[in-house]
Amino acid sequence: MTAVHTHVLLIELGAVVLGLGLLAAVALRFSISPIPLYLLAGLAFGTGGLWPLSASEQFIETGAEIGVILLLFTLGLEYNAGELAASLRTSTTGGLLDLVLNASPGVAAALLLGWGPVAAVALGGITYVTSSGITAKVMSDLGWLGNREAPTVLSILVMEDLTMAVYLPILTALLAGVGLLGGLGALGIAAATVTAILYLALRHGRLVQRFVSSPNDEVLLLKILGLTLLVAGVAQGLQVSAAVGAFLVGIALSGPLAHTARALLTPLRDLFAAVFFVFFGLHTNPADLPPVAGTAAALAVAGILTKLATGWITAARAGAAPSARVRAGAALIPRGEFNIVIAGLAVTAGAQPRLGPLAAAYVLTLAVAGPLLARCAEPVARRLVRRPAGTPPLNTAA
Amino acid sequence: MDIERVPLPGIGLRHVLATTRGRRIGVVSHHNGRRDLVVYRRDDPDSAADTLVLTPPEAEALGELLGTARVTERLAELHRQVEGLVSVQVPIGEGSPFDARPLGATRARTRTGASIVAVVRDRSVIASPRPDFVFNVGDVVVVIGTAEGTAAVADILTGTG
Repeated sequence: MTAVHTHVLLIELGAVVLGLGLLAAVALRFSISPIPLYLLAGLAFGTGGLWPLSASEQFIETGAEIGVILLLFTLGLEYNAGELAASLRTSTTGGLLDLVLNASPGVAAALLLGWGPVAAVALGGITYVTSSGITAKVMSDLGWLGNREAPTVLSILVMEDLTMAVYLPILTALLAGVGLLGGLGALGIAAATVTAILYLALRHGRLVQRFVSSPNDEVLLLKILGLTLLVAGVAQGLQVSAAVGAFLVGIALSGPLAHTARALLTPLRDLFAAVFFVFFGLHTNPADLPPVAGTAAALAVAGILTKLATGWITAARAGAAPSARVRAGAALIPRGEFNIVIAGLAVTAGAQPRLGPLAAAYVLTLAVAGPLLARCAEPVARRLVRRPAGTPPLNTAA
Repeated sequence: MDIERVPLPGIGLRHVLATTRGRRIGVVSHHNGRRDLVVYRRDDPDSAADTLVLTPPEAEALGELLGTARVTERLAELHRQVEGLVSVQVPIGEGSPFDARPLGATRARTRTGASIVAVVRDRSVIASPRPDFVFNVGDVVVVIGTAEGTAAVADILTGTG
């Protein structure tokens, strides 16, 4: 690369990252998720945007890959193998209900539009997954973690993340055009890999911890990042999807080591995840958005209703009051990072050109509407509590 | 008293207890050390009326305030329960022969039969101090034993024995 290129690269990158910093400040000011703003920033530049980024394209593309890997790695860090096993035992029915209710609108829409079965699998995934990042933040911000529905909602998020570990390899194989048999083969390899890593984490977690752990932050950062990228790369090579490999590495690390790893890698995750959302926006032409706006709006309304139903039913099964059921549904509405990850995979593989803009519009709508609807849920819940006839008036001031 | 313990995957743990007066309070323990103190609504026990976010030092201070009072109460209880057993609190004042000297050097138990069971320092309770525990001016030493034994330990600690 020549010196002239280097300075253009630095200026472009600097402008992008600085711009993202300013957008993140705006998001923080209004306590909303920065994801929709990053997407809008990506839409404003690049393909069909105001200003194509030429020199930094290559870097942003690699950065986006690393962003996906770090997103899933830090997600895996949030859980330990014990929590996953416990959720699998207690929440399988709720998880299945969530999958069926929320994937159906996407699958149906893709089939109605005549996009074919592979795009239907992708769109089903896009309408299905709740953004665990946004939901956990909303629940924490609104003081909902103490509420009755909190374990139900969090278990559903765990089940969704586990489903992703099975879903992403299947999608990767289908997008590669290997057909049903190849898809089953990929699923077999994925299941074997997932089982092997979970077994390693549950039975021999100490070995992994001892290999990685170091009192020095620098050594620890390099070891963890290296291990994650390496496993992600190998997983990708086996057609299991890099993201799933990274997720499993995150699960294998637990205890105090996971705590330190989270503190060390969160800044890197924030940087590269932001780059990933911009990258997705860059490759989406804003001119493609209006034609899919109607479909996106219909899917968003369906997505809100199906998540409300999921929350209501699963919380009711756990014996929660109507107020808690409403909040459970509202908490599950936000969509965000993984919907874009799925769309990114589909777009890169060239499955269906309109899938990218549709996913962008869908996530833009629900990443903003989700937290807003959650804020409206509490007043609705209060009315549900007061309405039942025959209840004696209570002193609500206490 | 029942304490309900619920794991919150990805967040931590939640403990909820119902008071005798029928209110529910809970503590959410985050993996990162943050603690949320939750008070539930009277009319809807599934919903939080208020949630207080506490940093680790704040949670520790609150726990100590609640716990210290409990230790004192339990001592008083013990006192009532066992006939002939008394507990006395002896301050280590200026001029005490044991200021800056270890507990073991008092040889309290061998000499009097009474035991030093706790030391209150800076409003926190150090339960069962070991023989190498070093006294400072301002410590309050909690002694349990017979009336004569505890009085003898008080004399040793204040230097009048």
